[in-house]
Order: sequence, then C-alpha cells, then structure tokens
Amino acid sequence: MKLSDINRRKFLKQSGQVLVGFNLLPLAFCTPNQANEMVEWVDKGRDAVDSWIRLNPDGKVTVLTGKMELGQGIKAALRQIAAEELDVEMDKVEIIIADTGKTQDERYTAGSNSIEGSGKTIRNAAAEARKILLDKAAEKWGTSPDNLTVSNGRISQNGGESASYWDVLQGRSLEGNITGEAPKKDPKDYKIIGRPEPREDILAMVTGKTLYVQDLRLPGMIHARVMRPPSYGAKLINFPKEEVEGLPGVIKTVRDGSFLAVLAEWEYDAVKGLQRLQMGSQWEEKVLDPPQEELFDKMFGAEDNGNSIENSLPSGWEDRGEILETAYTRPFQMHGSIGPSCAIAQMDNGKLTIWSHTQGVYPMKRTIADLLGMSEDNIRVIGVPGSGCYGHNGADDAGADAALLAAAHPGPPIRVQWMRMDEHSWEPYGSAMAFKMKGIVDDSGNIEAWKTELWSDAHSARPGGKAGHFIAANTLENPKKFEAGGFSAGSYRNAVPLYGFAREIVHHDFSTPLRTSAMRGLGAYGNIFALESFMDELAHKSGTDPLEIRLRHLGDDRAKEVLETLAKKIDWANRKNNNNQGWGLSFAKYKNAASYFAVAALVEADPGNKDFKVKKMVGVIDAGQTINLDGLKNQTEGGMIQSASWTLFEEVKYDSNGIVSNTWASYPIMRFSHVPEIEVHVIDRPEEEPLGAGEAAQGPVSAAIANAVFAATGSRVRDLPLLPEKINWA
Amino acid sequence: MIKEIRLNVNGKEHTLQIDPNTPLLYPLRNELELNGAKYGCGLEQCGSCMVLLDGQAEPSCMRTCGSLEEVEIQTIESLADGENLHPIQQAFIETQAAQCGYCVNGMVISAKALLDQNPDPTDEEIKEALQRVLCRCGTHSRFIKAVKLSSEKMNSSTL
Repeated sequence: MKLSDINRRKFLKQSGQVLVGFNLLPLAFCTPNQANEMVEWVDKGRDAVDSWIRLNPDGKVTVLTGKMELGQGIKAALRQIAAEELDVEMDKVEIIIADTGKTQDERYTAGSNSIEGSGKTIRNAAAEARKILLDKAAEKWGTSPDNLTVSNGRISQNGGESASYWDVLQGRSLEGNITGEAPKKDPKDYKIIGRPEPREDILAMVTGKTLYVQDLRLPGMIHARVMRPPSYGAKLINFPKEEVEGLPGVIKTVRDGSFLAVLAEWEYDAVKGLQRLQMGSQWEEKVLDPPQEELFDKMFGAEDNGNSIENSLPSGWEDRGEILETAYTRPFQMHGSIGPSCAIAQMDNGKLTIWSHTQGVYPMKRTIADLLGMSEDNIRVIGVPGSGCYGHNGADDAGADAALLAAAHPGPPIRVQWMRMDEHSWEPYGSAMAFKMKGIVDDSGNIEAWKTELWSDAHSARPGGKAGHFIAANTLENPKKFEAGGFSAGSYRNAVPLYGFAREIVHHDFSTPLRTSAMRGLGAYGNIFALESFMDELAHKSGTDPLEIRLRHLGDDRAKEVLETLAKKIDWANRKNNNNQGWGLSFAKYKNAASYFAVAALVEADPGNKDFKVKKMVGVIDAGQTINLDGLKNQTEGGMIQSASWTLFEEVKYDSNGIVSNTWASYPIMRFSHVPEIEVHVIDRPEEEPLGAGEAAQGPVSAAIANAVFAATGSRVRDLPLLPEKINWA
Repeated sequence: MIKEIRLNVNGKEHTLQIDPNTPLLYPLRNELELNGAKYGCGLEQCGSCMVLLDGQAEPSCMRTCGSLEEVEIQTIESLADGENLHPIQQAFIETQAAQCGYCVNGMVISAKALLDQNPDPTDEEIKEALQRVLCRCGTHSRFIKAVKLSSEKMNSSTL
C-alpha cells in the first residue's frame, strides 16, 4: 500500500476538519488573518439542503455536520449515509465537522445521538438533493424524473441522454429546502450503508500526521500553562511574579483573581514557569466535605423525599412475600483522556477564534461570549479532534483558559496545554451513586414487586451558555459562579427496568463535594450495575436461571433476541460454573430507547493468590439498521473494554487536601495484561431505524462481571470497583 | 543554561540551542515539527510519547535532550519508506485498529521494537510489549490483531 494510493491530498482534506483557507498541510503557509477570516460562508439556515450537503464545482460532495469526531468514527458513517442516498461512491464524499463558521448548530456530540440526529437530517438532505437534481435534468430533457436513473452521480435517461450532477448544476449551488418528502431508498437496496467502511483518519494516525488540536502549530503561536489551584475553591494569596517573569523565554504571567497562567515563546519554558509557580505560590485552601469515607453513608442517610420517577406498586406490596433488600454503590470515576485537554485561542482586532476538541462548538461559543462579555458574532469556535473524551472532560475548560488568555494578551495564537495532573484533578467526574433495592420474587422466579431508590449528583454540567460552568470562571477576581442545573434526568437513565413487573423508582439529588458532569452513559452505568446485579440476586434467591428470569419478564422481542442469541453463542445452557470459573450475564436497552445489548463475562478466580481475572466477554448488539458494521463493532468492543476497566479498577479518591487520584499511578486503568478476549455479534435490522450505540455496552458489562464474580467465587460484590480484596476468599 | 545539543533523529543530525534538561518530546514536537509522539502524562506512565532509542521503545517525556546525543532516535514518521508504508502501518490500517487514535503512536512504536527483536511473537508477548502504553477507548484487542498481522506481513516480505 502506498500513501498515494489513498490520495494524500484528499485524505488530509477529509481528516482535516479545519478546511478551506485553513487546511492541514497549508498550515505552515497560513497567515493568522487567513485562519481567522469567516470564509465565504453564508448561513442559509437549518432547512436549506445546502447547509448539509453541497456539490462542489470540483466534482465532489461535501457533507456538513455540526457533530464532532470523537474517535467514534462518525465521519465515515455520515459520509456513508450521504453517499447512499445521493447515489455516489464514497470517494466523492468529503465531510466538514463542527465549526461555528461553517456548520449548523447541533449542540453536543453526546448521548449516542449523532446517527439518529445528524444522520437523519443528512439522509433527508441527500434525498432532497437527489430529487432536485433529477427534477432539473428531467425538465431539461422534457421527460419525467421517473424515467431517470443515477449511478455514481451520473443521471441517465433510458437509452438517451446522460449528465452528471455537476453538469446539471453548472457551478451553481443547490437551491432548495429539506421538505422531508423526497423519496428515500428502500433499505433493501442499500449498497453502501451497512458495509464495513474504513476510516480514513487512521492513515494520519499511523504516519504521525497532524490530526489533533494538540498538533496544530499556528504561525506566531505562543505557549501557556495555567496553574490550577491545589484544590477546589482554593484562593491565591501570592505568587512569585517577578521571579517567573524573569525566567528565560517567559513573556509574562497573567493573573485574574485566582486564575493564574504563564505565557512563553517555547513550550518547555512555559512548563518551567509553571513549575516555579507551583513551588512558590501560596493558597488559602478549603476542605472537601463530606470526606470520602463518609460519602455513601451521607447519601443513604439523606433526609429528602426524592422524586418518584415511576410507581406502579400496589399498596400493601410489602406483604406479598419476603423482601430481598440490598445496596450498591458506584464511586466517582474519571473520563481519563489519554491526551490532556488543549486549546488554541487568538484575539485579533476584537475577533476571537478558538480551536478546541469540545463536544459542542456552538454551546462553547455562547458560553465564551458570556465569559468575556463579547458578542457571539465576534467568536468562532472550530472543532478539531482531540484524544477520546467519553463525555464532558477538560476540553471546554481548556478552551475557556485559552480564551481568557487571548483576551488578556491579544495578537498571537495562544496554545494552552493541560498537564496530566490538571486533567486528572480538574475534569468533571462521573458522579458517585448509591442504590437501595428491594424486591419480592416467588419460588418459581416471578418478580412480584421491585423498588429502587437512588442517590446521585448531576450527570450534566456542560457549559450551555453559562460561564460559571468553566472552572476558570469560578476563580476570577469577579467570579462567575457555578449554578447547578436542577433536576437531572441523566441520574436515573436506565433506572426503570425494561422488564415488566410492578415497580417504584425514586431518585434523590445529592450534592457531592466533587465536580461532576456527563461521562459516557451518564447514570446508566451505575443504574444498570445495580439493576442487573439485583436481577441476578433475585434469580439466585428463587433458584431460577439468570437467563430464564430475564426472558420471562421481557415483552420486547428484540430484547429477547439479543439475550437468546448471546445464550447460543456461549452455549449458556451447558456452561460450567466450576473450577473457579463462572459466567455472568446482563442486559439493557440503552436509555430504554436506543440499542439493545446483552453481554456475558467469564471470570476465573485464583483463590490461592486471592485474585481473579475476566477471561472473556461476549456481546450481542442490536442497533437497528447498521450504518458502518466495522465501526459499530469497534465502538462496542471499546465500550466493553472501557467499562470493564471502570468496573475492575477505577475509583477517584480525595482527601482533605483535594484529589488524590492525580496520575495514572494513583488512578490505574486497564492495561493489556488484563484485557479479556472479546467477541461482538451484531444483529442487523436494515428495515428498522438506526439506534445510538456508542454507550450501549457501559452498563451491562459492569453487572455481567459482578454476576460472573459471584458465579466463580460465591461472593456478591456490591460496591464498585470489583477489587479482589472485596471478595470473601475464605 | 542554553547549550548546543546535537540530536540524531530519523537519520538526520539536528543542532539545537536548548536547555539540555529539556525532555526530548518538546523539541521533537515543536522545533522538529514531528507530531507523531504525543504528550500524555510527562511521567513515563502512559506511553503516548514512545520513540525508538537505539531500537528500543522508550517514552520521550522525561529523557533529557542532553542525555541523548549519542543515541539514534527514531520516530513514527520514519517508518514509511517514502510513499511505501511499513507493514506495521499497513496492518493497523487494515485491521482499523484505532478509535481516537491518540495512543496509536505508542502502539506502533512498541510493535516495531518488538517485531524487530521477535518476528513471531505470541499473544502474551504482544501484550507484554504493549503493556506500557495506555489506551482509553478500549481498542486493545484490535491492537493485538494488528500486531499479529504486522508480524505475518513482515515475515512474508522477508522470505
């Protein structure tokens, strides 16, 4: 294989995201003015076909999406959808992602919504574009569009004339709105959707080409490091300003209240400046309360009444039988991006440009406007991929840091790179959660009653326009205070069982001392851990097979089918839970509205060494219509391994001095030695709507492992992570 | 503080005016404009910044420039021979072994060091060779497949 085989220019264009006047290769030749200009882009609004699909004079199609490439491979899948409906080959289709100067506002790339949301709009726009082009050709040739066919962008009349889409347009843009009425293809006829489509950005990854925001080197760019306070709420008393500003290469320090940064010509000089700041500055600190060892007791003991999410329990349900009562906990866990957050910002004649790996370029623009008191019209946010984020990590905060510094030091592009400790200590974590479960099951495995009570802090605190959501904003001389977002549906995501039995679900908002926000799956991870562990406990209590008890209470055929397929793949009926080996299984339909996922884990215990290992995991996913088969498998495998890492190893620790888990040594995650064998099976349903899949695996994997630990050791571990020392080895 | 340091990177001599205590990663990414090695932790815990030092896969985020004047440094940018991708690069593309891709540099460099010394590694040996590199997307099983395929490709091309 040669680089030229893949057409390097085209490849870089597609993987670039920065595009037109600000492409990747030309970066070195690109002046700041070019980089900042708002290119010849006219926003025609959400309804215009042209806002989503453009036919360029060079014979290419450009797809425009407001969604961000996060490593989930969204670019390939959205290109497939456009290529399919337009009847052009994939090599003609390019894509531009998240850029407030070019794409529509699609808010956040989150919640496994991109295929269902952006994908649907792009499909409609592509179908509409095809119809407009066919109508034009038919009119020109004096025939009906029904007599025309399209192959790879060329329209032909039966035995008559032919012309390409681009011939038809003659350099003009595609005028028309998305009506939703243009005919869309019958899934039976799909040629491109559903097939495995290689991601083109992998070439850039393996050759070390510019790809991430961390890699951008703009002309005249300078480097910054922000000195974060030693702990939440700490106030800066003083810092060695003159000493740091006297260091070689340091341009200046910037202080605004307790927000403190150093700017330097060269990156390592900024790092050295930061080290001096860390050694020489003094802070007044605040203690975190409650301390970690009291957190769950405080949650369980909270005296609010909670919010009833659903209640179908009849009165007197407690008397229907013996109540099984258990409690589960999930600790704070971190996104743990491998590349710490980074952003570049430049203030040029009152116009601010930010390059960021944010999940939402438009929300960031609004929030930065609030932070700096600027008009949104003077801000452009360009989305450039970063390291995988898995939710709301430090990306937005790094963007705010860079914006504050660009405002304080106009002119050059300023690159802010967070250090490892910044990301570990300051990212907003997935909230700690606590669960109290009650259930009644009869001797034949019929669940008569079920009650879940759950406690959680917020699962979304994204900066949707309020600057107080940026950590830097809280520390300014005139701080913007964080305002909690109120009742958070993310907390009880998947708390309501898909199973059909009488139940009550009660959710309590609990304010924890740590910063929390959206992490892959939100509350679904903890809720499914509790729900599916408890299903297993009810199965064992009633002597029912764990598969059987689930199937019996499910009415949804697709839910049953993922479980039945899984059972076949691992030969569940003949499994052997002995020799310290045990299988556990688990199931959920993500959000009770997206993909169906069933998973089984095989755990092997080593009582001699008081240790255990997950040997194998097998997953079955039904994401409706499959767009990119290989992408779906890759996302699912990844979700399974990541969730296994959360489940087996991860817990953010804090003490009175702040966050203790501030490096990979104090917050270990899964490494190769612990990676189990993984199998993923896909049930493709071309006739169904595609369902979000990126977060489907997170919850079920946790309970499958816990259930397998029980099968292998007889110990029921109800507190995550499932550390070997929590098992009763006696 | 600033000294003249000579580094041999990807077969070329570079003379830098630099603080000899600067970790190698910084001039690689800035002065030499080689983006392949990534900043991940600065503590030799994650392997994002792997390079080959005399053929061994090593993190570049703590090793100082002053200590590397006599060492042959190779980065991921040197693997392709002009337009021809290295079999390891081909294998990673063919197996689509990446999600966000931030750790791919560490995986490819570790695979190169492994396969140069052990052309036919077992799964366990592959895991051991990649152990220092953290991946957060959970692409591990694909990386193992990619390294196996790399080994097949390298062995068949030397026959």
